Amino acid sequence: MSYRLNYDEIGLRVGLEIHQQLDTKTKLFCSCPTSLAEDPYKNAVIIERRLRVGKSELGEIDPAALFEFRRGRLYRYLASPSYSCLVELDEEPPHPVNREALVIALAIAKALRSNIVDEIYFMRKIVVDGSNTSGFQRTAIIGLGGYVETSQGIVRIQTIALEEDSARKIEEKDNIVTYSLDRLGIPLIEISTAPDIRSPEQAEETAFRIGVLMRLTGKVKRGLGTIRQDLNISIKNGAKIEIKGVQKLELISKIVELEAYRQYRLLQLKNILLEREVPREDISLDKLVDITDLFVNNKNKIARFIREILEKNGVALALPLKRFKGLLGFELGPNRRFGSELADHARAWGGVGGLIHSDELPKYGIDEEFLKEIFRRLSLSHEEDGFIIIIDEREKVLKAFEAVIKRIHQAFEGVPQETRAAQEDGTTRYMRPQPGSARMYPETDLIPVKVDEELLKEAEKYVPEPFEIKLRRFVEEHGLSKDLAYSLIRSRYIALYEELVRKYSPKISPQLIASTLINTLKALSSEGLDVSQLDEKDLEEIFRALSEDKFSKELIPDVLRVKIKERDKNVDEILRILSIKRISLEDLEKIIDEIISKSSEEIIKRRERAFNIIMGRVMESVRGKIDGKIVAEIVKRKILELLRSSGQ
Amino acid sequence: MGSLLNELNKAYKILGVEPGLYIRFRYKNEILEGVVMPPYVFTDPDIIVVKLKNGYNIGVLYSEIKDLEIIEMKKPEAGSISSEKIVQRKDLPKIIVVGTGGTIASKIEYETGAVKPSTSVDELIEAIPEVLDIAYIESETLFNILSENMRPEYWEIIAERIYNYMRDETYKGVIVTHGTDTMSFTASAIAFAIQRKNIPIVFVGSQRSSDRPSSDAALNFIGAVITAVKAPFAESVIAMHHETSDTKIAVSRGVKTRKMHTSRRDTFRSINSRPLALVDPFKKDMELIEKEYIPRSKEEPILMNGFDKKVALIYSYPGIDPEILEFLIEKKYRGIVIAGTGFGHVPEYMIPVIRKAINNNIAVAVTSQTLYGRVNLSVYQTGREMLRAGVIPCEDMLPETAYVKLSWTLYRTDNIESVRKIMLTNYVYEMNPRLTEDLFLR
Repeated sequence: MSYRLNYDEIGLRVGLEIHQQLDTKTKLFCSCPTSLAEDPYKNAVIIERRLRVGKSELGEIDPAALFEFRRGRLYRYLASPSYSCLVELDEEPPHPVNREALVIALAIAKALRSNIVDEIYFMRKIVVDGSNTSGFQRTAIIGLGGYVETSQGIVRIQTIALEEDSARKIEEKDNIVTYSLDRLGIPLIEISTAPDIRSPEQAEETAFRIGVLMRLTGKVKRGLGTIRQDLNISIKNGAKIEIKGVQKLELISKIVELEAYRQYRLLQLKNILLEREVPREDISLDKLVDITDLFVNNKNKIARFIREILEKNGVALALPLKRFKGLLGFELGPNRRFGSELADHARAWGGVGGLIHSDELPKYGIDEEFLKEIFRRLSLSHEEDGFIIIIDEREKVLKAFEAVIKRIHQAFEGVPQETRAAQEDGTTRYMRPQPGSARMYPETDLIPVKVDEELLKEAEKYVPEPFEIKLRRFVEEHGLSKDLAYSLIRSRYIALYEELVRKYSPKISPQLIASTLINTLKALSSEGLDVSQLDEKDLEEIFRALSEDKFSKELIPDVLRVKIKERDKNVDEILRILSIKRISLEDLEKIIDEIISKSSEEIIKRRERAFNIIMGRVMESVRGKIDGKIVAEIVKRKILELLRSSGQ
Repeated sequence: MGSLLNELNKAYKILGVEPGLYIRFRYKNEILEGVVMPPYVFTDPDIIVVKLKNGYNIGVLYSEIKDLEIIEMKKPEAGSISSEKIVQRKDLPKIIVVGTGGTIASKIEYETGAVKPSTSVDELIEAIPEVLDIAYIESETLFNILSENMRPEYWEIIAERIYNYMRDETYKGVIVTHGTDTMSFTASAIAFAIQRKNIPIVFVGSQRSSDRPSSDAALNFIGAVITAVKAPFAESVIAMHHETSDTKIAVSRGVKTRKMHTSRRDTFRSINSRPLALVDPFKKDMELIEKEYIPRSKEEPILMNGFDKKVALIYSYPGIDPEILEFLIEKKYRGIVIAGTGFGHVPEYMIPVIRKAINNNIAVAVTSQTLYGRVNLSVYQTGREMLRAGVIPCEDMLPETAYVKLSWTLYRTDNIESVRKIMLTNYVYEMNPRLTEDLFLR
């Protein structure tokens, strides 16, 4: 089903926060390399730490920080000496900021026509989920304002910040979170747009445009996890929801679509709650009913996981919800109901496994009869009301209910402001309350950096050239036709093209690279193949093989065809499927001799005009095994030889 | 607030703005709003620092500021972590916390853009409420200084205060919050200045200031409180991280401990000795490591306060100039501690000036730069000549401990032979007669 809405009507507003790793030699505040460990456990020293909530300089406590602190978790860090030093371990103050990173960031800010600040001050942004050993992320605004153009209009940039990447989460188990320190401290540029984006597609295009621009500096990292997007999404009367951790560009429009839908539905839910005159004040902790005994009496029926919790001193508490029939099952997205939203809060705040709500029953061995018993005990009507049950240790259940009740009350107001985490399928889950500006205080271990002429001049060399100049360069230096150059610049392959030319030209001509990326892929697409299946790694792999003479350029479309259908196959396997072996010049000559001798009469008759026919016949048997140019040369020579020897 | 500005902060003057003002202005193509922040020491004179609504500080050239509007005065209040009142339990053992400053009591200061001690002991306790389940805590802030600024005069004040608390007899222990740079000097000073202690004196500090989530202050402090309450020993000790992980707190003898790393949490290492105990700040228990210690005395403590200020600690090195000692002789120094090379050596050409110093009634004590191991001046010729000149070889004493002890000794006697006797008397386990295999770099 589609979750699309009329976005003008609902007043969709989207802002992006794009985080891109810079490709520097060393980290932002130390001399460690900026690569990731293949095996984070290899040679790793394991360090255990805890974090406490820090006060901001104004004495406020950040709500997001408090949330993490209350969870009381233990953080375990994998510190391999090859990838981290005392700086990442928070055992040594930061070294002066990496100049290379600063220069690249300034170049990107310039390319986005941002106003570069005159003096840069690093701040500490409190983050106490353990992803920063210090408990804060070092970040500085380097640019204010700027814009990026999209086909649906201009999107303004608000801020551009240079910051350190966080540690890489390896696993989370029983209140212990394990991080690898290899990623901590890799320079990141954070680009935040204004909420100027009006549609899911525009959101994706904006991310793409900014992404391309950054890649054109040639100084940003590539590959999964090197670029991450956060989305700020709101609709009219909704709330600004922050969605974290979108790693795939293709997911952006889906997430925007689903979040707009979720907010739209939450507003509908609010109206229903008000229409039904649901008694709001009755939804409170003191209305909880202990129905553990009902579960104990029905212990032969209920699902095993419930029985196990109850056997471990668990209790079953129920929250009666008058006039709630159907509202807990109220749909908010694909496989997402209001009940699932409440369950997220219960899990996040109470650490419980989840909750059971009346709209999903009968389930978990709670049959009709048992269900009636529960309704009776809660003095509720099966036809009109609803309830929520949480089963776990009493303390956890109470904490969970506290959060659930708070969330239900928020439903009467509409959409609560919060931070959500993106899921693989484009849905999102409650993550934590939104941080405030109380989380920011000065980084006292670093001195301010004055942005002087010298720094700006250095940055100039990484600023990507304007498109007009690029166009001219492609035509004049790469020998592309004007049309091809123009299509290329507008395509998603522009950055890839530049990188491939840098790597493989002159071995592979820029024309071949460009026409493959534009014309060949277009042709394949019109054959009905889904070329979007190919990612840049696939394309690069094919060019690499081509540069290693594994096959000849005539075969590119065939190789691509197989690759699209069987993405897990590498080029060698594809060539095997196409049963291509390169042939030697000797063998080629033999084949040509054979074909010419069979067609000698025809050749003598048609003279030079026979070339095309013979060439066609030869190519039929050698296509892809050798460069057509070589074939043509030999065919031409042999025909002339024949004509000469025939004495004509 | 105006006092935060000086003649170097031209931009503030030209614009007529002061820290705390909420302003709106045009900056290049943008309209910005924010609070004027005090300049840092390294802020360029042409720059003012503004905290934007999103919490970021940026530096802007005054010449780029157009259409400046002053919206209001916003007072940043120094708040506290919670408005909840501290509830102390009278049934718990009572301890006293004496504040002297250091990173443990530090927070951001705008004037320098750096951390400075400014947190009171009460604020510290408020931020670490766990300790209120372990002890009934009283506090007194004596100084608020970074420990590089500590002086022997201050040791004397601290010793006096602690001695008074000891005589009160209602306290189970004393905690001294202190900067880490010279913590072992002060801990050694107190070790000598109060003899026959009836309660432990626990020095505690932190390597990461308390305002950061990763600060080691909380665990160190909890460890110190547990030590003050539970320790069977009544020595002057240091309670700090045992390792870089937030696991245990090592309680080490002040006289045998040294700051061995500029920045690590576990910077304090026991040298030629082992920690007295390890404290688990989560389980709140203490594991005794060293069986030999000075127990809590049943008798009254003895105050032997006072440190001679004319004592120098010098480092020997190839090319050291004898003039350095000549200067000390001329300036009427009364004691010199030499951190010699290897077994405690100085270059042979230094022997005459050492002899001259001793003939001038200056006590010359010898320790080693290697820190680990014992001084031995009998093995090589140079050492023997040093001995013949009359130096005092200080066994395995740390150079810093020897410095403090010599100051303390010289305050009590003029007689070089008495000095030698006192220096070589083991008062508070400052010397370890048995260096076993396990006591080296681990």
